[in-house]
Amino acid sequence: MKNILELLERAARVDEGKTAYADEENALTYGELMDKAKAVGSALLRVGRNKPIAVMVKRGAANLKAFLGVVYSGNFYVVIDEQMPTERIHTIIDTLDPAAFVVDGACLEKARGMEMNLDIFVLEEMEEGEENEEGLKKVRREMIDTDPLYALFTSGSTGVPKGAVISHRNVLAYSEWVCETFGITKDTVFGNQTPFYFSMSVLDVFATLRAGATLHVIPKSYFSFPLRLLTFLKEREVNTIYWVPSALGMVANWKALDAFDLPKLKKVLFAGEVMPVRQLNYWREKIPDAIYANLYGPTEATDICTYYIVDREFSPGESLPIGHACNNCAVMVLDEEGRPAKEGQEGELCIRGSFLAMGYYNNPDKTKEAFVQNPLNPHYPEWIYKTGDLVRYNERGELVFVTRKDFQMKKMGYRIEPGEIEAAAGAVPGLRACACIYVPKEKKICLFYQGKEKPEEVGAILTKRLPSYMMPDECIKMDQMPLNANGKIDRKELKRQRDY
Amino acid sequence: METLMEILKELKPFVDFEKEEHLIDEHILNSLEIMTLVSRIDDEFDVQIPLVEVVPENFQSAKAIHRMIVRVQEEE
Repeated sequence: MKNILELLERAARVDEGKTAYADEENALTYGELMDKAKAVGSALLRVGRNKPIAVMVKRGAANLKAFLGVVYSGNFYVVIDEQMPTERIHTIIDTLDPAAFVVDGACLEKARGMEMNLDIFVLEEMEEGEENEEGLKKVRREMIDTDPLYALFTSGSTGVPKGAVISHRNVLAYSEWVCETFGITKDTVFGNQTPFYFSMSVLDVFATLRAGATLHVIPKSYFSFPLRLLTFLKEREVNTIYWVPSALGMVANWKALDAFDLPKLKKVLFAGEVMPVRQLNYWREKIPDAIYANLYGPTEATDICTYYIVDREFSPGESLPIGHACNNCAVMVLDEEGRPAKEGQEGELCIRGSFLAMGYYNNPDKTKEAFVQNPLNPHYPEWIYKTGDLVRYNERGELVFVTRKDFQMKKMGYRIEPGEIEAAAGAVPGLRACACIYVPKEKKICLFYQGKEKPEEVGAILTKRLPSYMMPDECIKMDQMPLNANGKIDRKELKRQRDY
Repeated sequence: METLMEILKELKPFVDFEKEEHLIDEHILNSLEIMTLVSRIDDEFDVQIPLVEVVPENFQSAKAIHRMIVRVQEEE
């Protein structure tokens, strides 16, 4: 197998009338999805080959027609979230220089308003068009499994988002591991929480395609309203979920499962941030016969590189291990000198194998920093990816996450680099210095700044420049920023002052 | 209403709660904030907002939140 479209075509052959992807209002069968994606692909043939195509489609099943349509055309897709602030969309588009911009009717207005010099293609118009069978066939014959499938933008420490390029081979290898490990079959029904611009959604989307399963896209607002969420899961007979811990925690904090049972739910997977044990225990108590698994990995390893299936009791205060490497993926724990860390010592988690991204799009410098020659292999070229996460092995031989190597932050499962928030704060006219820190205990992002603006003025400017999950929860005005011996802003001191 | 406005201002200092009518649809309040809000309301108004009241319609605006509080108070 060389192309993810083979997964789609296989599923359509097996059962073309089966629902593949659905949302609150619409459902797409495998047969429809394939036909529409081919029509979309035919319309996009003229833009070229192996080029990035930006896709901005309202959250829902229709996204899949656009993604797979782009793939049929021999290009790769980049998801743009309609709710991203225009500034961030511009930064991504500038890095990407896409060959086309695919939007649905609902996003057309916004796309036109952005005044970017891009060829706009409307999804609803393309999917009604004719299939160019010859054209699609020719493209497919020429494609190889290391061709890019999509690029996914993560937050960059210099304030510029980085686009990890993921190939067909990456997703074929990764989805194979997912289906084997968690027994994903045609009977699986996913309840999708993570947005399509987030690497976790790759599991839901492509495990569904590989197994010929069904995926229901859950509306975002349901995650604020527990009974509505659980009712949706029950009505759609969802049996597998892969959510960020904050979403699982929401259900636990409301104790929503006290009065509501989900007899069909059998698999509860999570990743993206640390799963608090208290909330996990609530789920395990209410749904004792489900499998629970803690997954760990960066976007640069497609989604996940290690996992731990919960097999024992944990008490609050203990942390869940991140476990062992996935099948067909290898991890190494390396010290500062690039040697294997000594037993029980912490080191940087590094990844090698077929899950590894091809690099960052149009960003050779960042690619060189993160994707390096395997220091344990001096014999032939072999890339590893340095995650920047510090880990160690526990006494059971399981990997345990210790901390981020730099000051990177995670909130609600989103990776947030302080640099990006600081870069946005740079837009505040009278701002002289700023530094952003994260207070994990309270899950708060704090922006310290020195300048003449009042905190609410800084906040108002940031609201226009940052997606809501990146917004500082506190803006703290300082008379003087503390500096360390190197003359850099002393973040440790700021943390100390914040905690008093 | 005043107490509610104070709670809201404390939660989201940069939002104009007098004007906003689509706090949920516009994703102005996230799930954590709604949870914090409900527990602050429970404390300040000495009520317990039942789970069945935690639906989008009741959180779209300060007015809607206030109506819900009054309703729950009357029912108790």
